[in-house]
Amino acid sequence: MSDPILQLQNVVVERGRTRILDVPSLDVLPNEVLAVVGPNGAGKSTLLRVIGLLERPSRGTVLFGGRPVAGSPLPFRRRMAFVFQEPLLLDTTIEGNVRSGLSLRGVPANERTRRVDKWTARFGISGLRRRSARTLSGGEAQRTSLARALVLEPEVLLLDEPFSSLDEPTRESLIDDLDAVLTANRVATVFVTHDRTEALRLGDRIAVLMNGTVRQLGTAAEVFSSPTDSEVAAFVGVETIVPGSICEVSGGLASVAVGENRIEATTELQPGADVLVCLRPEDVTVSDLADATLMSARNRLRVTVTRVRPAGPYVRMELDAGFTLVAHITKQSLEELALSPGTNAVASFKATAVHLIPHRRG
Amino acid sequence: MDLIWDGVREALRLIFSGNGYVYEVTFTSLLVSGSATLIALVIGLSIATFLAFRAPPGRTLALSAFNAGMALPPVAVGLLVSIMLWRTGPLGQLHLLYSRTAIVIAQAVIATPVVAALGTAALQGLNPNLRLQVLALGASRWQAALLLFREARLALLAAGMAGFGAAISEVGATIMVGGNIKGSTRTLTSAIVLEVGKGNFETAIAFSFILLAVILAIITAFTVLQQRRPPA
Repeated sequence: MSDPILQLQNVVVERGRTRILDVPSLDVLPNEVLAVVGPNGAGKSTLLRVIGLLERPSRGTVLFGGRPVAGSPLPFRRRMAFVFQEPLLLDTTIEGNVRSGLSLRGVPANERTRRVDKWTARFGISGLRRRSARTLSGGEAQRTSLARALVLEPEVLLLDEPFSSLDEPTRESLIDDLDAVLTANRVATVFVTHDRTEALRLGDRIAVLMNGTVRQLGTAAEVFSSPTDSEVAAFVGVETIVPGSICEVSGGLASVAVGENRIEATTELQPGADVLVCLRPEDVTVSDLADATLMSARNRLRVTVTRVRPAGPYVRMELDAGFTLVAHITKQSLEELALSPGTNAVASFKATAVHLIPHRRG
Repeated sequence: MDLIWDGVREALRLIFSGNGYVYEVTFTSLLVSGSATLIALVIGLSIATFLAFRAPPGRTLALSAFNAGMALPPVAVGLLVSIMLWRTGPLGQLHLLYSRTAIVIAQAVIATPVVAALGTAALQGLNPNLRLQVLALGASRWQAALLLFREARLALLAAGMAGFGAAISEVGATIMVGGNIKGSTRTLTSAIVLEVGKGNFETAIAFSFILLAVILAIITAFTVLQQRRPPA
């Protein structure tokens, strides 16, 4: 594993007597997208401002490229780029906005022109270059804001909920574009969001931030399939999430290879796409080996029960199907089926219950 | 009514007859009030930037003081500046009393709270994240301040115009610290007071019209600048 490009050490942010943020250690690796998820008020934006050297922590150190940031943060800030939830465009043209950071950083004029051409095209706003920023739609403005950040070709890209104020179709197309850019450029990125689909879509690793502390940090599968505690579980929604790739698609029904298993899922994606296979635990039915042939569900997997834990009105069950599958069943079913760790059973779920999210192979 | 028409006629005659006295008084007014406004802009905008972006403790108190300062009685300012500049006063060795510099100081004291108070409001009206965005784009502190001034230029130009208006229309302090000396510290406003005192109402009205015309011309120029759209 390569050395982290950015590190937080013993960072604490306090406002008055309130502790907003308490992060003993956090690394951002080169080439990775680190998604930071958490409820409102968890300290996500504060964390991002500290990383972006826009807010000095009350205590602790930020290291950039292994060197502690001391004295003026300006030279370090000029190696990063930041996109906020609002576009925050300057009152000038689109081109003027995209160019602004390059001018501030003293990039030579011909290089500025080359990069502005490249990145306005990349985000589909070349045709708007002469337009005033005041006349843009929300989606166009946020495209401009993203282009203005990426034109800087930063070593670290920081995104603070950049899609959350956009309507659904706009947001989808912008996420697609950003995903393509991140896949092609592999710039170290910290991406703050409260939307777990966005986190799954873009994040290589996911950090769950609650009440100012990082409660869990790991791959999507780790965080979503085995949350550290019930609070994290309640926030992320316990889900089965496993990487796979689409082998074939016919009539909207995909066959997805997940390890040794094949899972069928409805999709609009193309064969060959790498995906995350997501499944809600309440959509998984667990039955006896004998009953299994009677089910109408497209997917039937032989599993071994690994863990049984009561969770309020139902029982949360972890099943080994070659990957970890999570199911919720009622207490009655648990007794009738006499399931306990080590028991073999069949897990079944409909193809329509499987949600496929496109995902770069890490 | 006739008096006013006579005044307008007299004003036009004074302007177009090449009367040196009128030009000199107008020039003095523009010179001292322009200088005072420049000083007020430098000090006032520094204060505004500090109050708006640094959010120091006691900001509300400071802002209340500057807001109240917008209603600072010019006569009181004149008295205070006079006392400072008296031969026996703390700044007496500078020998500034009854000079144009003294008027500039007094008018700057009057205009600075106006610029500071309205300037702070202008900068506080910006989206607070805009400053962070500008810094994140790689702006140094100076670059950030200039970019944010540009974003708030509508309201900041209004603050500047209000400051200039307070300076050029002021008379109490001007007479007290300047002495209304012909050829040196006589401004349009102090000339009006003098002419009224002498009973030359026509000349006083003429000077009033010239003063209004000067203010109108300058404020119009700034308003055009303010309302100009960015390149489309």
